[in-house]
Amino acid sequence: MNHWLIAPIVLPLVGGILQTFMGYAPIGLRRTLAIATSVLVLAASVVLLSLANDGSYRVYAFGNWQPPFGIVLVLDRLAALMLVVTSVLAVLAHIFSIGGADEGNRQFHTLFLFQIMGLNVAFLTGDLFNLFVAFEILLIASYGLLMHGGGTSRTVPGLHYAALNIVGSAIFLIALGMIYSVTGTLNMADLAIKIPQVTGENLSLIKAGAMMLLVVFGLKAAILPLCFWLPKAYAKATAPVAALFAIMTKVGVYAIIRVYVLMFGENAGELAFLGMDWLFPLALITLSMGVIGALGADNLKTLIAWQVIISVGTLLAPIALGSEAGLSAALFYLLSTTWTVAGLFLVAEMVAIQRGSAGDRIVTAPKMPHRTLLSVLFMVGAVAAAGLPPLSGFFGKVLILKSVEAGPQMAWLWSVLLVGSFLTLIAYSRAGSILFWRTIDGHIKPPEPMKGVVSVSTGALIGLTVVVVAFAGPINEYTEATAAQLFDTSAYTQILTTPVFGGNN
Amino acid sequence: MEVLFALVIGTLTASGVYLLLRARTFPVVMGLTLLSYGVNLFLFASGRLSTAQQAILGTADNYSDPLPQALVLTAIVIGFAMTAFVVVLSLRNLADNDDDHVDGCPPVKPANRTQEQEETGK
Repeated sequence: MNHWLIAPIVLPLVGGILQTFMGYAPIGLRRTLAIATSVLVLAASVVLLSLANDGSYRVYAFGNWQPPFGIVLVLDRLAALMLVVTSVLAVLAHIFSIGGADEGNRQFHTLFLFQIMGLNVAFLTGDLFNLFVAFEILLIASYGLLMHGGGTSRTVPGLHYAALNIVGSAIFLIALGMIYSVTGTLNMADLAIKIPQVTGENLSLIKAGAMMLLVVFGLKAAILPLCFWLPKAYAKATAPVAALFAIMTKVGVYAIIRVYVLMFGENAGELAFLGMDWLFPLALITLSMGVIGALGADNLKTLIAWQVIISVGTLLAPIALGSEAGLSAALFYLLSTTWTVAGLFLVAEMVAIQRGSAGDRIVTAPKMPHRTLLSVLFMVGAVAAAGLPPLSGFFGKVLILKSVEAGPQMAWLWSVLLVGSFLTLIAYSRAGSILFWRTIDGHIKPPEPMKGVVSVSTGALIGLTVVVVAFAGPINEYTEATAAQLFDTSAYTQILTTPVFGGNN
Repeated sequence: MEVLFALVIGTLTASGVYLLLRARTFPVVMGLTLLSYGVNLFLFASGRLSTAQQAILGTADNYSDPLPQALVLTAIVIGFAMTAFVVVLSLRNLADNDDDHVDGCPPVKPANRTQEQEETGK
């Protein structure tokens, strides 16, 4: 048993508990400790990535209970990749927050660290019920973070977000109950073995449970009929929180990959590829809906919130087609889009601060200070998000387009994705040209000077898109290996037979 | 017993969903509570309904599954916390917007405006 596996969960937990008791400590001390915790989580994630890169599965069994009897954490390439994406994003968003966004609520850092912990549990767990618990941890932290900063405008989106997700949790529990009543287990590896053996009337119970799980994950990922809560909630959240939330929809995508490739993949007999014929058209409609929303957005943060929905559609379409190349391409795109969108949220906040009363609304306003720096950051982010060469979004989209085999699905995916990218580009050009080029005479109240940490963290997050291009080769090799590992489900189920105690794993 | 149990779960869930779709926060909170009751009973039933059986394997032909009870306990704790949070959020909504409508303010059509105002007493 490798004790590194628990580090990305224990570190933010301990850090968060410390912060709870430090509400009245000097803010400098709280900030130092909080950032140190995030950086340690990043370090632990990188260690796990290097461990996972050998392609084997590592298991951490709580209390040394042999799976499937106890709860296990399972580390594989996918989990390690998601951990690193999350912790890089979390460190940079956290650094942005000490520029002033963390004031106004003494427990901001507590909530932020608990949110990271919930995300890490979700990525590492090998048990469906534990996944539910992880969702609840990250949700309760996100309710608090969404309301952070006060102001009456956040109450209504916060209420909608909380109510919707509680209903989502209820559906999750019903689905778990249905699956448990038939299989008698909720361990993912054990389910992967037991689900193909289900026959007769139990088959429809499993089918109903699995489709309800898809609804829950779809709500988290914000696919079309379940996505209307997102733009309001994300656009109203404080910038570092919105940036961290960029990974939240990807948790839904991760859960879909994990559950549907492992348990309802090609080996699942009658239940093979369950729900994927629904997911493909829904993903394309989500993508189109996101583009329409982006074109109609009247402020910058709403535009970027719709970009989150566009990326979810783009991600899920190749995943639904169920090919190894498609999954690898989707993971590459996930890496690029999460960081880009988060960076754009931070840029939008900086623009809003500089523009005084005009805020981030897409209207003409007097010339803003620091226009050159902000416009360059926005342009790099927009180019990466819309998928123009030479930045990472372009490579992600090319890989996705290349991964589809010829046929009607290819025609649909190519046309929707390419037309969608073009229209997204129009939306960004419109927003950018109005914000940065079209100015009117007048004076705005000089804003507070731009803080170093704010511009450095935003620049770093936007700059990651260039880094992803520079290392596109190794990253692509890694995502290909990840996809291959995911499709080899028999290797995953071997964790049931590996002794957790005394072994050298 | 199965029929009665199923009817109870069905009634709780149906009333919960009906209340959830109301436009005021208090019925929504009640709806979420009833829904979570229904879900908890449902989870409990996933271990099969049986009485007077032991929870230990090997000493009797049939056994009662103790795991769903652990799952229900977790679900109750989480559901309770979430409900408490939504209650606070609803109060905050009422305080911020001077209205207990879930959207902050009711969508009033111009023609019905006076009637709506009389009904809500505003």
